[in-house]
Amino acid sequence: MTTSMTPGETDSVGRGSTATTPANVPLDVAALRADFAILTRTVRDEKPLVYLDSGATSQRPRQVLDAERKFLETANAAVHRGAHQLAEEATDAYEDARAKIAAFVGVDVGEVVFTKNATEGVNLVAYAMSNAATAGPEMERFTLGEGDEIVITEMEHHANLVPWQQLCQRTGATLRWFGVGQGDTAGRLDLSNIDELITERTKVVAFTHQSNVLGTINPVRQIVAKAREVGALTVLDACQSVPHGPVNFHELDVDFAVFSGHKMLGPSGIGILYGRRELLEAMPPFLTGGSMIELVKMEASTFAPPPQRFEAGVPMTSQAVGLGAAIDYLNSIGMDNIAKHEHELTRAAVAGLSAIEGVRIIGPGIEADGDVHDRGGAVSFVVDGVHPHDVGQVLDSLGIAVRVGHHCAWPLHRALGIPATVRASFYLYNQPSDVDALVAGVREARRFFGVAEDGQAGGQA
Amino acid sequence: MQLESMYQDIILDHYKNPHGRGLREPFDGESFQVNPTCGDEITLRVHVDGDTITDVSYDGQGCSISQASASVLNDLVVGNTVKQAMTTMNAFVELMQGRGTVEPDEDVLDDGIAFAGVAKYPARVKCALLGWMALKAALASAGAAEAAQGVEVQ
Repeated sequence: MTTSMTPGETDSVGRGSTATTPANVPLDVAALRADFAILTRTVRDEKPLVYLDSGATSQRPRQVLDAERKFLETANAAVHRGAHQLAEEATDAYEDARAKIAAFVGVDVGEVVFTKNATEGVNLVAYAMSNAATAGPEMERFTLGEGDEIVITEMEHHANLVPWQQLCQRTGATLRWFGVGQGDTAGRLDLSNIDELITERTKVVAFTHQSNVLGTINPVRQIVAKAREVGALTVLDACQSVPHGPVNFHELDVDFAVFSGHKMLGPSGIGILYGRRELLEAMPPFLTGGSMIELVKMEASTFAPPPQRFEAGVPMTSQAVGLGAAIDYLNSIGMDNIAKHEHELTRAAVAGLSAIEGVRIIGPGIEADGDVHDRGGAVSFVVDGVHPHDVGQVLDSLGIAVRVGHHCAWPLHRALGIPATVRASFYLYNQPSDVDALVAGVREARRFFGVAEDGQAGGQA
Repeated sequence: MQLESMYQDIILDHYKNPHGRGLREPFDGESFQVNPTCGDEITLRVHVDGDTITDVSYDGQGCSISQASASVLNDLVVGNTVKQAMTTMNAFVELMQGRGTVEPDEDVLDDGIAFAGVAKYPARVKCALLGWMALKAALASAGAAEAAQGVEVQ
């Protein structure tokens, strides 16, 4: 018996948890927006909410909330322990969610580890590598020491940066990084020195699939191929890619990858670590305790096979079920369709913002063919003469929610010589009118702060 | 309307024409403060003669609120005793942490009362207090004992 949650099957707009991707059709944004109650609320004196902060966290459709509630009202129990009926059903629901997630990113079910969030996933790998130092000779492939190097990039989110800095501090290894290009390659990784950076000394190469600030999609295959050549492990931060388009980790050939539930219509408090099966089999645990053991004696313990080895304690169950429902929802719309939809919004936003005097896109802009390429829907920008906080405040007063600051990528901002940016980020529920509101709001910010004449975008203070 | 309640003309005037900006010698205490959530930063120096603050100089980068607040701070503090400065700081912190419920005293805060609207926006309170955190730390590093007795700036 299974309690797998497929609430989409009875959805009023006809989406179900089918394995097949719908035909290539434009998104019916008006219909799907009806699934997101929060999008109907008003903010700041009755302004309709324009939510452009999905890069930070996405909103959740009714189907996800219903799935969590249904699970809790019918099948809640601690999973992987107990033999009563509820325990069976809860365990089935939890493992069904794992299977959905595995299929969604093209990996085997045993390669999916549930974590608290993506940050914990990176830390799990980094701490497992520390723990390998005291775990015996068979763990040697995971151990680091002086003379070894970890390579990251300057565009990393702090979550894929600080854990590696700390691992270097604990082990004596050296941290090195790719810079971000200038001029023609502005906003792209500078891989011109890849042969000097990724060498026989490199043990780990950790990098983002898609920058949460620049929107840049990085050339995963090129970096992975180089890392393989020298025998380094690869760790991919897929937080900004998995929610927004088709991603297959086996095809990308990465060793580890992380992403978070709350950025893909799912609950917070749940993240995913993908690990290549043979690596998870060999790797020592990070957190230890209940659930992750094989045999416990007072003197010593042995550990369960993966993924359980990396899931100590009673896990987050309704969140896993909710994430499974989010994947059903995304599949019912089709990741290709979502990617196309966001591409159009991104192109319109980059074009519209670039057309405003004094506005500079921080990241890949409009290319010679009038389109944007190899970039996702995180659109960061600065406005000459108006601090990002102040731009954000004007937008907020108009009901437009964007992120301002360094977006947890402080070294990137420092490298670009800017303290902060304004970031608009899109998802499947955003519509062209949201882009229009954003562009008009930025013009209003310039007017309010006196860097443009009233009604004219061209004025300069 | 909400925007105008935060961005009073006084604040925008201080932002565009900051008072006392730039780092100067001599100084007796210095502090560098940063707002980790947004990256805004300030370096602030104090010159103390006896128990009188004879100069506050500062430099940094940040939003209009943080920059205007540092300019108002300069107006309110220079020429006063350390004790008076701490009293002013406490009044300003109380205003900013009051969620818009504190009625500011213009005799104490002068242009600082313009920040009453900012207090209604929790995310911006830190911006307004950045310079004052730096003042407190700079006075402490200058050995001004009263600085340690100021209220906690969160």
